[in-house]
Amino acid sequence: MGEKSGGAMSFFGQVIQWFQNPAHWQGDAGIPHRTFEHLLMSGASVLTAALIALPIGIAVGHYGRGGIIAINVSNVGRAIPSFAVLVLAAKLFGFVSGPKVLGFGAVPAFVALVALAIPPMVTNSYIGMREVDRDVREAARGMGMRERAVLLRVELPIAMPFIMAGIRTSAVNVVATATLAAVVAWGGLGRFILDGFGLQDYPMLFAGAVMVAVLSLIVEFSLAGVQRLSTPAGLRPSKTTQKEEPLGSSLDTAAVAA
Amino acid sequence: MLATGVVGAVEDPWIRWSWISGHADIIVAALVQHIQLTLIAVLVGLAIAVPLGLVAWRSRLFRGPIFSLTGILYTIPSLALFSLLLPFTGLTIWTAEIGLVGYTLLILVRNIVVGLNAVPDEVREAARGMGFRPLAELARVDLPLAFPAIIAGVRIATVTTIGLVTVTALIGEGGLGSLIYDGLLRDFKTPLVVGTVLCVALAVMSDLGLAGLQRVVTPWARSRAVP
Repeated sequence: MGEKSGGAMSFFGQVIQWFQNPAHWQGDAGIPHRTFEHLLMSGASVLTAALIALPIGIAVGHYGRGGIIAINVSNVGRAIPSFAVLVLAAKLFGFVSGPKVLGFGAVPAFVALVALAIPPMVTNSYIGMREVDRDVREAARGMGMRERAVLLRVELPIAMPFIMAGIRTSAVNVVATATLAAVVAWGGLGRFILDGFGLQDYPMLFAGAVMVAVLSLIVEFSLAGVQRLSTPAGLRPSKTTQKEEPLGSSLDTAAVAA
Repeated sequence: MLATGVVGAVEDPWIRWSWISGHADIIVAALVQHIQLTLIAVLVGLAIAVPLGLVAWRSRLFRGPIFSLTGILYTIPSLALFSLLLPFTGLTIWTAEIGLVGYTLLILVRNIVVGLNAVPDEVREAARGMGFRPLAELARVDLPLAFPAIIAGVRIATVTTIGLVTVTALIGEGGLGSLIYDGLLRDFKTPLVVGTVLCVALAVMSDLGLAGLQRVVTPWARSRAVP
């Protein structure tokens, strides 16, 4: 705390010292391994969720049935606190150990993260598919394209920016919630925050928070870049015509915060 | 919900009604604190977001930085944001509220700007033609027309905040989150279930209530679909 260390400057000095301590860079509880854990867990969760969510959203969008469910799933998802989902998963699956690389408490964390990542992906991929103009679809069929080609060569490319937006929303959400997963005894970068809090080691807590914040921003900005690149060249908005969407409609369907 | 408890010595049911009736005071206190933390966050958030939104709407120069800064705040995970504040504000309500307010800003500012941008130029011309001064035009034409988008932002901010308040249980606040946390720490699931159910109910009811307010206050927008 400020009063103990006698001023903000020396607090930041302690944080820098914490980072400089070589012991914090080694072993299973070191920064590199915790970062690796965090990224592996987040990546595995997002990938699993995408394998479940995207086919559903794309199919619902392609056939145009069940749209109301696809739209509302992320609204419902937003109303359920991620903290509660994590704790529920911990109670359902216990604090059991996962694969060796992911370690103790990995199963409930993984299940919770997958569950949280699904809704935004379903909604966004559905909206993306619905964005495809009926005339465009008809024109593709008129040109003699088979259904498969219509889906793969017309619908999916047009829907891609929306699908990517869903993946990005989910990924940032998952990286954030994986931090919280330290509460259910899992590792990752949240460990530094939780242990720093438990030990009243505020430099460690602060250092953990800085690393989590930086990691989240890197994920957000790099996926925003991927999203931009995924837009077919012909559909890219010029700087002047870029339309702004209010949150809560299309591109930013689900709030990130976790 | 699956009724498969953790394999343990004593089977702990998902809900024990006797605990609820015996701890009504604790549950109500948690709910009240949850509502207070949410209300403060959204109201203070609005008080900051409206001027920020107006500046971002009027000035191209400031729009970029305002969106970038609120966007960065929004991207930082809640536990990390609270932890960045904790060494300075300690285990006080300030740590929770500064963080919670920070999260509402992006949603609110963005919807305010989008709502104001959507006001048709002809309407603005007409208002000017009728002799409205800039401030009167803002208060009586622009803001009312932007209201559906603004309230849509308030709805998202409120539901998001209700979820985030649970995380503040880790820094000594929490509202219903303290029940959820209690359920985790003890081998007893009832508080967890009660906290989660009330939290979801609170979010859904706030959302419906604000949607109702939106309909009442903007009768002209009823025929249009508003997010």
